[in-house]
Amino acid sequence: MSRVASPTFRDSLSVSITVGAYGVAFGAASVANGFSVLQTCLLSLLTFSGASQFAVIGVIGAGGGALSGIATASLLGIRNGLYGVLMAPILKIRGFKRVIAAQITIDESTGVSLSQEARGESAMREGFWLTGFGVFIFWNFFTLAGALGAKAMGDPSAWGLDAAVPAAFLGLVWPRLKNSSDKLLALTAAAFAIATTPFLPAGLPIIGTAVIAVIAGLRVAR
Amino acid sequence: MDTLWIAVIGTSVIAYVLKFSGHSVPEKFLSHPLIKRINLLIPIALLSALVAVQSVTTKSAIVLDHRLAGLGAAIIALIFKAPFPIVVLSAAITSAAVYNLL
Repeated sequence: MSRVASPTFRDSLSVSITVGAYGVAFGAASVANGFSVLQTCLLSLLTFSGASQFAVIGVIGAGGGALSGIATASLLGIRNGLYGVLMAPILKIRGFKRVIAAQITIDESTGVSLSQEARGESAMREGFWLTGFGVFIFWNFFTLAGALGAKAMGDPSAWGLDAAVPAAFLGLVWPRLKNSSDKLLALTAAAFAIATTPFLPAGLPIIGTAVIAVIAGLRVAR
Repeated sequence: MDTLWIAVIGTSVIAYVLKFSGHSVPEKFLSHPLIKRINLLIPIALLSALVAVQSVTTKSAIVLDHRLAGLGAAIIALIFKAPFPIVVLSAAITSAAVYNLL
Protein backbone atom coordinates (compact mmCIF):
# COMPACT_ATOMS: atom_id res chain seq x y z
CA MET A 1 0.00 0.00 0.00
CA SER A 2 3.01 2.29 -0.33
CA ARG A 3 1.30 3.88 -3.33
CA VAL A 4 -1.55 5.23 -1.19
CA ALA A 5 0.87 6.91 1.20
CA SER A 6 3.05 8.30 -1.60
CA PRO A 7 4.29 11.88 -1.24
CA THR A 8 2.38 12.77 -4.44
CA PHE A 9 -0.84 11.45 -2.92
CA ARG A 10 -0.29 13.47 0.26
CA ASP A 11 0.51 16.65 -1.69
CA SER A 12 -2.61 16.21 -3.81
CA LEU A 13 -4.91 15.51 -0.87
CA SER A 14 -3.72 18.43 1.26
CA VAL A 15 -4.11 20.86 -1.64
CA SER A 16 -7.53 19.42 -2.50
CA ILE A 17 -8.95 19.83 1.01
CA THR A 18 -7.46 23.28 1.64
CA VAL A 19 -8.49 24.75 -1.70
CA GLY A 20 -11.80 22.92 -1.78
CA ALA A 21 -12.76 24.54 1.52
CA TYR A 22 -12.64 27.97 -0.19
CA GLY A 23 -15.78 26.73 -1.94
CA VAL A 24 -17.70 27.80 1.18
CA ALA A 25 -16.71 31.42 0.50
CA PHE A 26 -17.77 31.13 -3.14
CA GLY A 27 -21.09 29.45 -2.36
CA ALA A 28 -21.98 32.07 0.24
CA ALA A 29 -20.84 35.00 -1.93
CA SER A 30 -22.75 33.75 -4.96
CA VAL A 31 -26.03 33.48 -3.07
CA ALA A 32 -25.41 36.88 -1.42
CA ASN A 33 -25.03 38.34 -4.93
CA GLY A 34 -28.43 37.06 -6.04
CA PHE A 35 -27.66 33.72 -7.67
CA SER A 36 -29.83 30.74 -6.71
CA VAL A 37 -28.38 27.69 -4.96
CA LEU A 38 -28.78 25.70 -8.21
CA GLN A 39 -27.01 28.36 -10.30
CA THR A 40 -24.25 28.58 -7.69
CA CYS A 41 -23.67 24.82 -7.75
CA LEU A 42 -23.74 24.72 -11.56
CA LEU A 43 -21.04 27.41 -11.67
CA SER A 44 -18.81 25.25 -9.47
CA LEU A 45 -19.57 22.05 -11.40
CA LEU A 46 -19.33 23.45 -14.93
CA THR A 47 -17.13 26.56 -14.81
CA PHE A 48 -14.91 25.02 -12.10
CA SER A 49 -12.34 27.82 -11.93
CA GLY A 50 -12.39 29.86 -8.72
CA ALA A 51 -11.29 33.28 -9.97
CA SER A 52 -13.65 33.14 -12.97
CA GLN A 53 -16.55 32.11 -10.75
CA PHE A 54 -15.92 34.92 -8.26
CA ALA A 55 -15.59 37.34 -11.18
CA VAL A 56 -18.91 36.53 -12.81
CA ILE A 57 -20.85 36.78 -9.55
CA GLY A 58 -18.91 39.93 -8.63
CA VAL A 59 -19.65 41.75 -11.89
CA ILE A 60 -23.32 40.74 -11.93
CA GLY A 61 -23.65 41.48 -8.22
CA ALA A 62 -22.35 45.00 -8.93
CA GLY A 63 -25.18 45.42 -11.46
CA GLY A 64 -23.25 44.45 -14.60
CA GLY A 65 -24.86 42.68 -17.56
CA ALA A 66 -24.41 39.04 -18.53
CA LEU A 67 -21.90 39.90 -21.27
CA SER A 68 -19.65 41.92 -18.93
CA GLY A 69 -19.74 39.08 -16.41
CA ILE A 70 -18.96 36.42 -19.01
CA ALA A 71 -16.15 38.50 -20.56
CA THR A 72 -14.47 39.21 -17.22
CA ALA A 73 -14.69 35.56 -16.15
CA SER A 74 -13.39 34.37 -19.52
CA LEU A 75 -10.34 36.67 -19.45
CA LEU A 76 -9.48 35.11 -16.10
CA GLY A 77 -9.98 31.64 -17.60
CA ILE A 78 -7.39 32.09 -20.36
CA ARG A 79 -4.66 30.87 -18.02
CA ASN A 80 -6.34 27.47 -17.81
CA GLY A 81 -5.74 27.21 -21.56
CA LEU A 82 -2.05 27.89 -20.97
CA TYR A 83 -2.00 25.18 -18.30
CA GLY A 84 -3.42 22.77 -20.88
CA VAL A 85 -0.49 23.59 -23.17
CA LEU A 86 1.88 22.66 -20.33
CA MET A 87 -0.01 19.51 -19.33
CA ALA A 88 -0.76 17.98 -22.76
CA PRO A 89 2.79 16.68 -23.43
CA ILE A 90 2.95 15.20 -19.89
CA LEU A 91 -0.50 13.56 -19.89
CA LYS A 92 -0.29 12.24 -23.48
CA ILE A 93 -4.00 11.42 -23.71
CA ARG A 94 -6.69 11.55 -26.40
CA GLY A 95 -10.45 11.16 -26.75
CA PHE A 96 -12.65 10.87 -23.65
CA LYS A 97 -9.75 11.12 -21.19
CA ARG A 98 -8.73 14.44 -22.74
CA VAL A 99 -12.32 15.72 -22.45
CA ILE A 100 -12.23 14.95 -18.71
CA ALA A 101 -8.67 16.23 -18.19
CA ALA A 102 -9.59 19.59 -19.73
CA GLN A 103 -12.31 20.21 -17.13
CA ILE A 104 -9.90 19.66 -14.21
CA THR A 105 -7.06 21.69 -15.76
CA ILE A 106 -6.81 24.48 -13.17
CA ASP A 107 -4.22 26.30 -11.02
CA GLU A 108 -3.99 23.54 -8.43
CA SER A 109 -3.88 20.39 -10.61
CA THR A 110 -1.24 21.99 -12.85
CA GLY A 111 0.71 23.36 -9.89
CA VAL A 112 0.88 20.06 -7.99
CA SER A 113 1.73 18.18 -11.19
CA LEU A 114 4.61 20.48 -12.09
CA SER A 115 5.90 20.37 -8.50
CA GLN A 116 6.31 16.57 -8.81
CA GLU A 117 8.88 16.90 -11.61
CA ALA A 118 11.73 15.49 -9.52
CA ARG A 119 9.67 12.30 -8.91
CA GLY A 120 9.24 11.59 -12.62
CA GLU A 121 6.51 11.83 -15.24
CA SER A 122 4.21 9.20 -13.75
CA ALA A 123 4.18 11.12 -10.44
CA MET A 124 3.38 14.29 -12.42
CA ARG A 125 0.41 12.55 -14.06
CA GLU A 126 -0.73 11.12 -10.72
CA GLY A 127 -0.50 14.58 -9.13
CA PHE A 128 -2.59 16.11 -11.92
CA TRP A 129 -5.42 13.57 -11.76
CA LEU A 130 -5.53 13.25 -7.95
CA THR A 131 -5.46 17.01 -7.35
CA GLY A 132 -7.89 17.75 -10.19
CA PHE A 133 -10.49 15.25 -9.00
CA GLY A 134 -9.78 16.02 -5.33
CA VAL A 135 -10.34 19.78 -5.71
CA PHE A 136 -13.39 19.09 -7.90
CA ILE A 137 -15.05 16.95 -5.22
CA PHE A 138 -14.26 19.23 -2.24
CA TRP A 139 -14.89 22.48 -4.13
CA ASN A 140 -18.37 21.37 -5.18
CA PHE A 141 -19.28 19.92 -1.78
CA PHE A 142 -18.21 23.11 0.01
CA THR A 143 -19.93 25.32 -2.57
CA LEU A 144 -23.23 23.66 -1.76
CA ALA A 145 -22.58 24.03 1.98
CA GLY A 146 -21.75 27.73 1.58
CA ALA A 147 -24.75 28.41 -0.65
CA LEU A 148 -27.20 26.71 1.72
CA GLY A 149 -25.60 28.47 4.69
CA ALA A 150 -25.89 31.91 3.09
CA LYS A 151 -29.49 31.23 2.08
CA ALA A 152 -30.37 30.45 5.70
CA MET A 153 -28.64 33.63 6.93
CA GLY A 154 -30.84 36.25 5.26
CA ASP A 155 -29.39 39.81 5.18
CA PRO A 156 -25.86 39.40 3.71
CA SER A 157 -24.59 42.65 5.30
CA ALA A 158 -25.50 41.52 8.82
CA TRP A 159 -23.14 38.55 8.39
CA GLY A 160 -20.39 40.47 6.63
CA LEU A 161 -20.86 38.61 3.36
CA ASP A 162 -20.74 41.83 1.33
CA ALA A 163 -17.22 42.42 2.68
CA ALA A 164 -16.21 38.76 2.31
CA VAL A 165 -16.46 39.04 -1.48
CA PRO A 166 -13.94 41.89 -1.99
CA ALA A 167 -11.73 40.26 0.68
CA ALA A 168 -11.76 37.05 -1.38
CA PHE A 169 -10.71 38.99 -4.49
CA LEU A 170 -7.97 40.68 -2.49
CA GLY A 171 -6.79 37.29 -1.23
CA LEU A 172 -6.63 36.07 -4.84
CA VAL A 173 -4.70 39.06 -6.18
CA TRP A 174 -2.31 39.63 -3.24
CA PRO A 175 0.09 36.72 -3.97
CA ARG A 176 0.30 37.86 -7.62
CA LEU A 177 1.79 41.25 -6.71
CA LYS A 178 5.42 40.28 -7.00
CA ASN A 179 7.10 43.62 -7.84
CA SER A 180 6.41 47.33 -7.85
CA SER A 181 5.05 47.39 -11.41
CA ASP A 182 2.50 44.71 -10.45
CA LYS A 183 1.46 46.86 -7.48
CA LEU A 184 1.24 49.97 -9.66
CA LEU A 185 -0.98 48.07 -12.10
CA ALA A 186 -3.22 46.89 -9.24
CA LEU A 187 -3.62 50.41 -7.83
CA THR A 188 -4.19 51.91 -11.30
CA ALA A 189 -6.87 49.32 -12.09
CA ALA A 190 -8.61 49.89 -8.74
CA ALA A 191 -8.52 53.68 -9.17
CA PHE A 192 -9.81 53.42 -12.77
CA ALA A 193 -12.68 51.14 -11.70
CA ILE A 194 -13.78 53.45 -8.88
CA ALA A 195 -13.40 56.65 -10.91
CA THR A 196 -15.40 55.35 -13.89
CA THR A 197 -18.18 53.63 -11.91
CA PRO A 198 -20.44 56.74 -11.81
CA PHE A 199 -20.12 57.25 -15.60
CA LEU A 200 -19.83 53.85 -17.31
CA PRO A 201 -22.51 51.13 -17.47
CA ALA A 202 -21.98 48.56 -14.67
CA GLY A 203 -19.38 45.94 -15.55
CA LEU A 204 -17.37 48.14 -17.93
CA PRO A 205 -15.26 49.72 -15.15
CA ILE A 206 -14.03 46.19 -14.36
CA ILE A 207 -13.58 44.70 -17.83
CA GLY A 208 -12.04 48.00 -18.99
CA THR A 209 -9.04 47.41 -16.76
CA ALA A 210 -8.03 44.48 -19.00
CA VAL A 211 -6.96 47.16 -21.51
CA ILE A 212 -4.69 48.68 -18.84
CA ALA A 213 -3.13 45.23 -18.33
CA VAL A 214 -2.52 44.82 -22.09
CA ILE A 215 -0.90 48.28 -22.27
CA ALA A 216 1.27 47.41 -19.26
CA GLY A 217 2.31 44.13 -20.94
CA LEU A 218 3.19 45.89 -24.21
CA ARG A 219 5.24 48.54 -22.41
CA VAL A 220 7.39 45.93 -20.70
CA ALA A 221 7.85 44.20 -24.06
CA ARG A 222 9.61 47.24 -25.53
CA MET B 1 -33.78 33.49 -20.08
CA ASP B 2 -32.60 36.01 -17.47
CA THR B 3 -29.20 37.60 -16.93
CA LEU B 4 -28.15 35.14 -14.23
CA TRP B 5 -28.79 32.03 -16.33
CA ILE B 6 -27.10 33.51 -19.41
CA ALA B 7 -24.09 34.36 -17.20
CA VAL B 8 -23.94 30.86 -15.65
CA ILE B 9 -24.16 29.03 -18.98
CA GLY B 10 -22.02 31.47 -21.00
CA THR B 11 -19.24 31.51 -18.40
CA SER B 12 -19.25 27.71 -18.14
CA VAL B 13 -19.16 27.10 -21.89
CA ILE B 14 -16.31 29.54 -22.53
CA ALA B 15 -14.39 28.30 -19.47
CA TYR B 16 -14.48 24.77 -20.88
CA VAL B 17 -13.58 25.84 -24.43
CA LEU B 18 -10.54 27.68 -23.02
CA LYS B 19 -9.46 24.65 -20.98
CA PHE B 20 -9.92 22.22 -23.88
CA SER B 21 -8.19 24.47 -26.41
CA GLY B 22 -5.01 24.40 -24.31
CA HIS B 23 -4.88 20.62 -24.66
CA SER B 24 -5.51 20.81 -28.40
CA VAL B 25 -3.98 23.88 -30.06
CA PRO B 26 -0.37 23.98 -31.25
CA GLU B 27 1.91 24.98 -28.38
CA LYS B 28 3.59 27.93 -30.13
CA PHE B 29 0.35 29.92 -30.40
CA LEU B 30 -0.46 30.17 -26.68
CA SER B 31 3.10 30.13 -25.39
CA HIS B 32 4.19 33.33 -27.17
CA PRO B 33 6.09 35.42 -24.56
CA LEU B 34 3.84 38.47 -25.02
CA ILE B 35 0.65 36.40 -24.56
CA LYS B 36 2.18 34.80 -21.46
CA ARG B 37 3.13 38.15 -19.94
CA ILE B 38 -0.23 39.83 -20.62
CA ASN B 39 -1.93 36.72 -19.24
CA LEU B 40 -0.12 37.25 -15.94
CA LEU B 41 -1.12 40.92 -15.82
CA ILE B 42 -4.81 40.62 -16.75
CA PRO B 43 -5.82 38.83 -13.50
CA ILE B 44 -4.00 41.51 -11.47
CA ALA B 45 -5.98 44.29 -13.17
CA LEU B 46 -9.37 42.54 -13.14
CA LEU B 47 -9.13 41.26 -9.55
CA SER B 48 -7.96 44.66 -8.28
CA ALA B 49 -10.86 46.34 -10.08
CA LEU B 50 -13.24 43.82 -8.50
CA VAL B 51 -11.81 44.51 -5.03
CA ALA B 52 -12.38 48.23 -5.57
CA VAL B 53 -15.87 48.02 -7.07
CA GLN B 54 -17.11 45.51 -4.49
CA SER B 55 -15.68 47.54 -1.58
CA VAL B 56 -16.67 51.13 -2.27
CA THR B 57 -19.43 51.23 -4.90
CA THR B 58 -23.14 50.42 -4.85
CA LYS B 59 -24.77 50.40 -8.30
CA SER B 60 -23.32 53.53 -9.94
CA ALA B 61 -22.44 55.49 -6.78
CA ILE B 62 -19.30 55.57 -4.66
CA VAL B 63 -20.38 54.49 -1.16
CA LEU B 64 -18.04 54.32 1.83
CA ASP B 65 -19.57 52.01 4.47
CA HIS B 66 -18.97 48.98 6.71
CA ARG B 67 -17.38 47.07 3.82
CA LEU B 68 -14.35 49.36 3.96
CA ALA B 69 -13.70 48.29 7.58
CA GLY B 70 -13.86 44.67 6.39
CA LEU B 71 -11.38 45.38 3.61
CA GLY B 72 -9.02 47.00 6.12
CA ALA B 73 -9.16 43.85 8.25
CA ALA B 74 -8.40 41.74 5.17
CA ILE B 75 -5.37 43.88 4.32
CA ILE B 76 -4.03 43.55 7.87
CA ALA B 77 -4.56 39.76 7.74
CA LEU B 78 -2.69 39.59 4.40
CA ILE B 79 0.20 41.69 5.71
CA PHE B 80 0.52 39.13 8.53
CA LYS B 81 0.50 36.37 5.88
CA ALA B 82 -2.75 34.85 7.14
CA PRO B 83 -4.19 32.00 5.03
CA PHE B 84 -7.08 32.75 2.66
CA PRO B 85 -9.95 31.57 4.94
CA ILE B 86 -8.68 33.80 7.78
CA VAL B 87 -8.48 36.76 5.40
CA VAL B 88 -12.10 36.29 4.30
CA LEU B 89 -13.35 35.57 7.83
CA SER B 90 -11.67 38.58 9.42
CA ALA B 91 -13.18 40.83 6.74
CA ALA B 92 -16.64 39.35 7.28
CA ILE B 93 -16.51 39.59 11.08
CA THR B 94 -15.20 43.18 11.07
CA SER B 95 -17.71 44.34 8.48
CA ALA B 96 -20.62 42.62 10.25
CA ALA B 97 -19.56 44.16 13.57
CA VAL B 98 -19.52 47.68 12.10
CA TYR B 99 -22.81 47.10 10.26
CA ASN B 100 -24.62 45.75 13.31
CA LEU B 101 -23.15 47.99 16.00
CA LEU B 102 -23.02 51.42 14.32
